[in-house]
Amino acid sequence: MSKTVDNKPLLVKLTFLAVLMFSFAIFVMPPLYNLFCDILGIGGKTNGVYKAVDVEIDKNRSVEVQFVAMNNATMPWEFYPKKDSVWVHPGESTKVIFYAHNRTANDMVGQAIPNLLPFTASDYFHKTECFCFNNQPLSSGEEADLELVFIVDPDLPKSVNTLTLSYTLFDITENLNENVAVLN
Amino acid sequence: MAHGPAEGITRWLYTTNHKDIGTLYLWFSFAMFLTGGFFAMVIRAELFQPGVQLVQPEFFIQMTTMHGLVMVFGAIMPAFVGLANWMIPMMIGAPDMALPRMNNLSFWILPFAFAILISTLFMEGGGPNFGWTFYAPLSTTYAPDSVNYFIFAVHIMGASSIMGSINIIATVMNMRAPGMTYMKMPLFVWTWLITAFLLVAVMPVLAGAVTMMLMDINFGTSFFNAAGGGDPVLFQHVFWFFGHPEVYIIILPAFGVVSQIIPTFSRKPLFGYSSMVYATAAIAFLSFVVWAHHMFTVGMPIAGELYFMYATMLIAVPTGVKVFNWITTMYRGAITYETPMLFCIAFVILFTFGGFTGLMLSVAAADIQYHDTYFVVAHFHYVMVAGAVFSGTAAVYYWLPKWCGRMYDETMGKLQFWLAFIAFNITFMPQHFLGLAGMPRRYADYGLQFADWNMVSSVGAFLYGGAQILFLYNVVRTIMYGKPVAEAKVWEGAEGLEWLVPTPAPYHTFTKPPVVISSAAGEDEWTISGATPHVAFKAAPGAG
Repeated sequence: MSKTVDNKPLLVKLTFLAVLMFSFAIFVMPPLYNLFCDILGIGGKTNGVYKAVDVEIDKNRSVEVQFVAMNNATMPWEFYPKKDSVWVHPGESTKVIFYAHNRTANDMVGQAIPNLLPFTASDYFHKTECFCFNNQPLSSGEEADLELVFIVDPDLPKSVNTLTLSYTLFDITENLNENVAVLN
Repeated sequence: MAHGPAEGITRWLYTTNHKDIGTLYLWFSFAMFLTGGFFAMVIRAELFQPGVQLVQPEFFIQMTTMHGLVMVFGAIMPAFVGLANWMIPMMIGAPDMALPRMNNLSFWILPFAFAILISTLFMEGGGPNFGWTFYAPLSTTYAPDSVNYFIFAVHIMGASSIMGSINIIATVMNMRAPGMTYMKMPLFVWTWLITAFLLVAVMPVLAGAVTMMLMDINFGTSFFNAAGGGDPVLFQHVFWFFGHPEVYIIILPAFGVVSQIIPTFSRKPLFGYSSMVYATAAIAFLSFVVWAHHMFTVGMPIAGELYFMYATMLIAVPTGVKVFNWITTMYRGAITYETPMLFCIAFVILFTFGGFTGLMLSVAAADIQYHDTYFVVAHFHYVMVAGAVFSGTAAVYYWLPKWCGRMYDETMGKLQFWLAFIAFNITFMPQHFLGLAGMPRRYADYGLQFADWNMVSSVGAFLYGGAQILFLYNVVRTIMYGKPVAEAKVWEGAEGLEWLVPTPAPYHTFTKPPVVISSAAGEDEWTISGATPHVAFKAAPGAG
């Protein structure tokens, strides 16, 4: 060629673009995804610890809250809600119990992951106390009553009359993750 | 000419010559094409009849996974990189690629990547068995131990693609001959320039996805693990953010090839050159904002489904521009039907067909029925096989005389075309019916109601496999015994700088750049050191 063009600046820019996109995938996309789910209230995720505020209990309205408990994959515990469903008035605080029993010969740690249907209700379901905020260590043969205290928001859309809260119990004995509570 | 190639194996190991590296890429991709094709034969043989006959379901799913991975990353992508290596410097009047040593590296890490990937089939627990889309948690919690090898193989092939793309961008931006403005570049160069940008943008995202998998599997993170606060659906978003541009990475160079060949055999300039360029850019841009149409069944909000549905349909507009431009190029042309042209016409017809089934799939409400059925399989084979593979085959027949100075046997070429064309349709047309009737993909067995069409499809697949053996025979025979070609311009209607260099193309071309000697009446004349000037480009009115 008559004049030589230096390729270095272009090479640096393109390499930078590649590194940028790699970082975007690992460091930006996961938080962005969670943010979107939070904002749009999708993905069935419920919110973290709720600090109860004074609201009037809407005695004229009743909402059914159903409970489902499941074991993930090979999780061997016995795990079920003591009541399958309760009727609540929006604004009132309700306590329910889930029963868990480690029937194995090993000490184990479980983690319950919630999911709420319909998705549109996830912003109106508040948990003031939940066993899902922490992991659950149960030694061999140990059983436990796991507590959940929740309030259904009086602003719950009129079209929603039934909420289904499901917990999937995961075995996290192998890879105990301390940070999990904040994510639920 | 300064010097020829080195002797022996070191010629290939140490080469920095764009033609040698192009050749390596092409042969490697053909080897991978046959390997992936062999996996396809195993799949179709098992599906020939209902029931489990030849392979166990555990192995069958490894075959579908490896077929997809090998064909996408091993066959189609390297084939077009090979064509880019061979043709782009010759088309823009450059002596070689901009970064020749990196070029050597980006090829030579590929065989290692695929050796690692294919070796997993012989490992305890088997190879990847989670589909080529490797959704978490199938590819994390439930993956075989060999998944780490798979991850590293993807890392290596990603690095290879990124280096290859950086090289192509640098070549196109920095090494064009004087007077070769962007809007005079052949369309193959344009589509590759845009593809290369797509690759640099999304291959790192794929690398990120497999890196997150690696960390979930080995280092206790929970990107995709619900038990630790992650979300498997996130994996699908990351994957398809890479995966949708990837399908255009595969098809855009194919568009470029077709845009070179159709004008040649229609003996007319490409209709709507600038609209072709803009349409390619528009497709590339849109490919970044439609990814979730692969995930209509994950439980997206209605607004999301509607957005991704309409955005996807929008892609049909620039694609339609291209299809109409090809048809208009042929319209009233003095068409002859040599093998490359036949493949290109088949490309236009069958790719459009595949595009239409794509539009059907883009309808969110309907997709819930079609999702993960053989209808999807049929759709993407119409765009990938009849699209990318047909155009790649056309490209080989079209440029082979320029590469090796020998002409292929037209009768044999046509025989391969008709065999491939008919067999392809026998294979994949019935899969539309199977999918609409509800047959899911990736299973080793199926209900009796699907038996007839599966048998037809399998027969077609074996014939199509045979057509590829014929292709190999034709190419090898041409290189060894083909009729020598002397003229620089192998095809009567061909335009472009690559047809100014002697046939076969010397080891070094354009060591001195070609010069524009006149530019009147919409025609640009180029000359290379001492040769008689030829008209290399007949620019279409207003193109530039």
